Amino acid sequence: MAKILSLNAAVAENVRDGDTVAMEGFTHLIPYAAGHEVIRQGRKNLYLVRMTPDILYDQLIGVGAARGMKFSWGGNPGVGSLHRFRDAVENQWPQPLEIEEHSHAAMANAYEAGAANLPFAMLRGYVGADLPKVNPNIKSVTCPFTAEVLAAVPAIRPDVTIIHALRADRKGNVLLEGIVGVQKEAVLAAARSIVTVEEIVDELDPPSPNSVVLPSWAVTAVAEVPGGAFPSYAQGYYPRSNAFYIAWDEIARDRGSFETWIDENVMQARPEDFARHAKKRAA
Amino acid sequence: MNDFTPTEMMTIAASRALINDDVCFVGIGAPSAACNVARLTHAPDITLIYESGTVGTKPDVLPLSIGDGELCDTALFTVSVPEMFRYWLQGGRVTTGFLGGAQIDKFANLNTTVVGPYDHPKVRLPGGGGAPEIASNCGQIFITMALSKRGFVEKLPFITSMGHGEGGNHRERLGMKTKGPTRVITDLCVLEPDAETKELIVVSIHHGVSREEIVENCGWAIKFAGRVIETPVPTEIELTTLRDINARTKKAHQGEKEVA
Repeated sequence: MAKILSLNAAVAENVRDGDTVAMEGFTHLIPYAAGHEVIRQGRKNLYLVRMTPDILYDQLIGVGAARGMKFSWGGNPGVGSLHRFRDAVENQWPQPLEIEEHSHAAMANAYEAGAANLPFAMLRGYVGADLPKVNPNIKSVTCPFTAEVLAAVPAIRPDVTIIHALRADRKGNVLLEGIVGVQKEAVLAAARSIVTVEEIVDELDPPSPNSVVLPSWAVTAVAEVPGGAFPSYAQGYYPRSNAFYIAWDEIARDRGSFETWIDENVMQARPEDFARHAKKRAA
Repeated sequence: MNDFTPTEMMTIAASRALINDDVCFVGIGAPSAACNVARLTHAPDITLIYESGTVGTKPDVLPLSIGDGELCDTALFTVSVPEMFRYWLQGGRVTTGFLGGAQIDKFANLNTTVVGPYDHPKVRLPGGGGAPEIASNCGQIFITMALSKRGFVEKLPFITSMGHGEGGNHRERLGMKTKGPTRVITDLCVLEPDAETKELIVVSIHHGVSREEIVENCGWAIKFAGRVIETPVPTEIELTTLRDINARTKKAHQGEKEVA
């Protein structure tokens, strides 16, 4: 059964130096508050996994928390580059970053394989593309029935997956709605999981029998952090702050302004500070 | 109407490539604007799909990312990302993929990964995202990007997604049954692959653009089709639709001034 904890305790108990960590969220429900807690607790040598590493991973890379990253698209969506990610890859600042790069289709399949307890995923992918030449973890398998050659990638099995969801009940059952991305698969693929939620309620009250629910017994820890996805968003709670995503480009371009921002907004901040972004709106 | 910018011409020419029956996998940026102009003008029933899992979406403002709430709020339905790529894209349900890119070569291969060597890149770009499988699994591909020497290059440092590979029947030889890139829409002209060689050639030139400008802005010795037409100028409806959605988008994206 999931333990309902403070964010501080949830991270302290579940994220260890050197872990392979997936903080998932496909634009929606990105676990910013939890990622900031990981930075505040000074975790090091993390191997980060995410399909769409955006600002949060730019921050983790920039503070030197990551030794490597497996990903499929590393940018600031609609804005441009991730400057801290680029600085790490191009200039090894603040430390070298080992990268393993895939396509979205391969990453999505690899999470699904992890959730399904399979060793690898296969897809009709990477045809004519150069990634297989630079990523030795992209191999091929031959269909035993038709002899078609398909791409194969290893399953993703994080030590810990961290996601943000809409709400949980007091037992720790969790509800996601809207753009659900690959979060369910990422949690089920991981050895441990932390879910931050906008609110903890008496009744989960899923809107449909087919709602995306992660049961308490499939989750390790739940922490209530209203606003915890900001500047990403929580469907029905608050919108994405596109203005912040645009502003990040300037903040992260320069090492000094980045470090100042981290000090003021992460090191000197607390999880409760995210609550000011959680003005609930009509869905 | 003759009072329009090259970028407006590009977006409108790109929107005309789509038809009402298309099921279109939409890339972010310029493709997203073109696809929504098509939906708001001549293709009202087009199905727009974004890789975040939103299917049949009808955004009132253009999304900044592929996963803005606006896409989910206005979609017919929203699926998980594995379902998106496995059932809908790999399943062969998508007629058209609309992509942009940082660099393209004469066979419409795209690079959004690195400039310079992969291990020691001069510029690290965001990477492929959905593009490698969009390029191979959609029925056909449209590409839109501004014509420039930096963008249209003789040889790509990295092939993120395959267009026509080395040209000719390269796609067929690799077992692909889809058409690949069939049109490239730029701010100066429209290119299409030659039926045999698959090299991109100019088939339509935008109003007021000279052949010399096109040659000067392309990184390879670009060829022109035997019969080249002038791209029809934007209609008033096309231009008003594009300007309105851009104005709504600008207002919406600046609306949230709150900073963490």
